[in-house]
Amino acid sequence: MADARGLVKRRAGARLWLSAGWLTLLALAAVFAPLIAPHDPLAQDLFGARLPPFWEHGADAAFPLGTDSLGRDVLSRIIHGARVALGVALIAGTLTCLIGALLGLIAGYFRGWPDMVISRFVDIWMAFPPVLFAILLIAVLGTGLSSIIIAIVVIDWTRFARVIRAEAMSQGAMDYVASAQVAGRKRFSIMLAEILPNVLPTIVVLLTLEMGIAVIVEAILSFVNLSISTDQPTWGSMIAEGRLSIHQAWWVLVFPLITLFLTVLSFSQLGEGLKDHFDPVLR
Amino acid sequence: MSDTPIYDIENLRLSFPDMAHKPLLGPAPRVEILKGISLRIPRGDVVGIVGGSGSGKSTLGRAMVRLIEPDSGAIRFEGQDITHLGEDALRPLRRRFQMIFQDPMSSLNPRRTVGAIIAGPLKLQGFDRVSGRVDQALDHVGLPRVFRKRYPHELSGGQRQRVGIARAIATEPDFILADEIVSGLDVSSQAQVLNLLEQLVRELGLTLAFISHDLSVIRRLCRHTVVLHRGEVVEYSETQALFDAPQAAYTRELLDAIPLPDLDQVWV
Repeated sequence: MADARGLVKRRAGARLWLSAGWLTLLALAAVFAPLIAPHDPLAQDLFGARLPPFWEHGADAAFPLGTDSLGRDVLSRIIHGARVALGVALIAGTLTCLIGALLGLIAGYFRGWPDMVISRFVDIWMAFPPVLFAILLIAVLGTGLSSIIIAIVVIDWTRFARVIRAEAMSQGAMDYVASAQVAGRKRFSIMLAEILPNVLPTIVVLLTLEMGIAVIVEAILSFVNLSISTDQPTWGSMIAEGRLSIHQAWWVLVFPLITLFLTVLSFSQLGEGLKDHFDPVLR
Repeated sequence: MSDTPIYDIENLRLSFPDMAHKPLLGPAPRVEILKGISLRIPRGDVVGIVGGSGSGKSTLGRAMVRLIEPDSGAIRFEGQDITHLGEDALRPLRRRFQMIFQDPMSSLNPRRTVGAIIAGPLKLQGFDRVSGRVDQALDHVGLPRVFRKRYPHELSGGQRQRVGIARAIATEPDFILADEIVSGLDVSSQAQVLNLLEQLVRELGLTLAFISHDLSVIRRLCRHTVVLHRGEVVEYSETQALFDAPQAAYTRELLDAIPLPDLDQVWV
């Protein structure tokens, strides 16, 4: 029995450290991009176009992941692209989480008319097709980083509201809530001090998932050229450009795709890992 | 002062909306749970409240500590009418009536340590030297002080219920409502918790209302017993008298349902 517990714990640990490690690396790369990136991500060199990655014949060691069809360094563009990806993930994820979780808590704990209003809103909101909704919003708001963030928050808060409402409802029925009421705690304070800590593990998991989703949504929007202007490299626009030259230069598509994949995977694993590691009830 | 009862309940009525039979438009019909309950609990008494499921005993208890608001009638706590008081007006009174819950796993916040759980009501009621009082409460219920750092899931069922009791006595209340507090425990923990309760009533001069469906537990602990049936008091008398000569037909039915320890003559 003790052995099995150790096993589970170790796996949770590996999951946490691997995902946290990748995201830390990425965050550092994003913050120090101008220092780390070997080349200017926008510098074109038509004579050095479509150089293959370092292990292939004809590669240039100065461009370890090769160059695209305009001769821009793929590695430098991925590093600079991390700035947009992580920035959107952090800001959009946190804002979505704050708004959605607060509304979910209020609906689930207070029930009655606040729940009626919030839940009907969520129902109507979720009937819109999300990607279309995002494109529509961007079309109205205009392109740019803040538009993407607003679009993600406006579309995805329902994801939090729905799950947190259900959780708050089941927690609200527990006797520790009645007990806090008998002790004379105010209702809003019960929501924040008693219920929130019990919903927090779910919030953390949803938050990291949402960050992953934000990265994907940003990539989708830049893939269809609705993100930010083309002089700021993003993973989505790299994938879009790579798609055109997939038969001549596969690396232009594949490397940003792998980075995107690892990042989204890391975000989802980070949430689970954090929950397993820091929740006193599971520990 | 001494002849003012701790609780004076008069013709208490309480109903809930019946959402299962709510018409599409218009309000849901109401189901009456308490149908005019009158009850006086003198200071220092230990009163058992007994009844089958659906008899309204837990609802009565929750109305007494004002977790829910009755429709009509009156609840007077030490002479003061608390029937329709709002939360803000109730707050200063809450120190004086506390509650112990049935399921300690549900009534102890799983993400707080035992120390924080017991300190909760003390801090809310503005007590001084909270830490010392937490230790004192733990001493009273016979838990080691190191338990302050533990989480509820690290304790056994009996220990958890002791934490629930410690939280209730920490604010030095005059009255404690115990709602089925031993029904989730195994027999030996039950006996220990009951002993502890008896001892605390003696030492702290508490007035206790003990809700249970188990007459043998009531018989052991309570001086008086109220029998509830479908939201009405069918009998209220001294426990001994109730067991010796039950007046109401429903009480006799309940008593007949207790397994008796005497031998069947056929076996001898």
